[in-house]
Amino acid sequence: MLATRAISLVGKRAISTSICVRGGHGVAKVDDYALPAYFDRRENPLPDVQFVTELSAEQKSLKEKEKGSWATLSNEEKIALYRISFKQSFAEMNEGTKEWKSVIAGMFFFIGMTGLVVLWQRKFVYGPVPPTFESEWKEKEVQRMLDMRINPVEGFSAKWDYENKEWKK
Amino acid sequence: MTHASVFRGSHKCTTMRSNSRPCGQTTPLASRCYSHAKVETDEEFDARWVTYFSKPDIDAWELKKGMNTLIGYDLVPEPKILDSALRACRRLNDLASAIRILEAVKDKSGPHKDIYPYLIQELQPTLIELGISTPEDLGMDKL
Repeated sequence: MLATRAISLVGKRAISTSICVRGGHGVAKVDDYALPAYFDRRENPLPDVQFVTELSAEQKSLKEKEKGSWATLSNEEKIALYRISFKQSFAEMNEGTKEWKSVIAGMFFFIGMTGLVVLWQRKFVYGPVPPTFESEWKEKEVQRMLDMRINPVEGFSAKWDYENKEWKK
Repeated sequence: MTHASVFRGSHKCTTMRSNSRPCGQTTPLASRCYSHAKVETDEEFDARWVTYFSKPDIDAWELKKGMNTLIGYDLVPEPKILDSALRACRRLNDLASAIRILEAVKDKSGPHKDIYPYLIQELQPTLIELGISTPEDLGMDKL
């Protein structure tokens, strides 16, 4: 009881350090995080507290006007009342961010960096490739494979025209 | 084939034989081992919520709790429930919550774009009577 009275005197959210008396044994500090908090969530449309806790004089008079017929309120006044109670509308809270652009940019950047690292490695880390990759060696290798009739039915040698000594068209 | 009722579900088993069969074994099609709890019908659900919001001295906490719970269910509330909730907002002099409720049910409809216009159409008399503007009227559905 005393605690709630103390809090309402000081102002709901303005307390960062406020005292609440516990059963005459001592004082406990009520921390900010222990109090009901405001948050905009789709699944919790009416949060525990209003967004604006300290109303200006104008807002206070608007709140008085709210007690009467709502048809007399203008659109701006209705929006003002909404903004007192809530921070973001549903449209605003559901708005997507542009974060995906940063994600894609980051992806390309790191892929690029990796490409540079690979090129550097090719030049400075790896030694020469074996002699079996030279074109002269390869020619002799292909000729040997054809002489051995490698895959003569449907594969390698099948594509070589032995009569005219050229690849089949 | 045992003669059994056509209706499956939480009705009691109609044959003595099926009742005594333990539920680990395969049972004939017409008797299943469902719970015997009574299932609340849609009308009962709606009536319960209409009654909840119709409490004449409902307080702000109860309104919030009710609304947040209702939005937590896997359904869009019927117009009559929303009507009752909007009237509760009126009793509490809380226009902002009334508008928020309309936003919430629109959001709750998800991809089914035809639900919200139907709700507004059904609620139109109430909205006019209480002087509640829809979020669209106030331009709050745009950014």
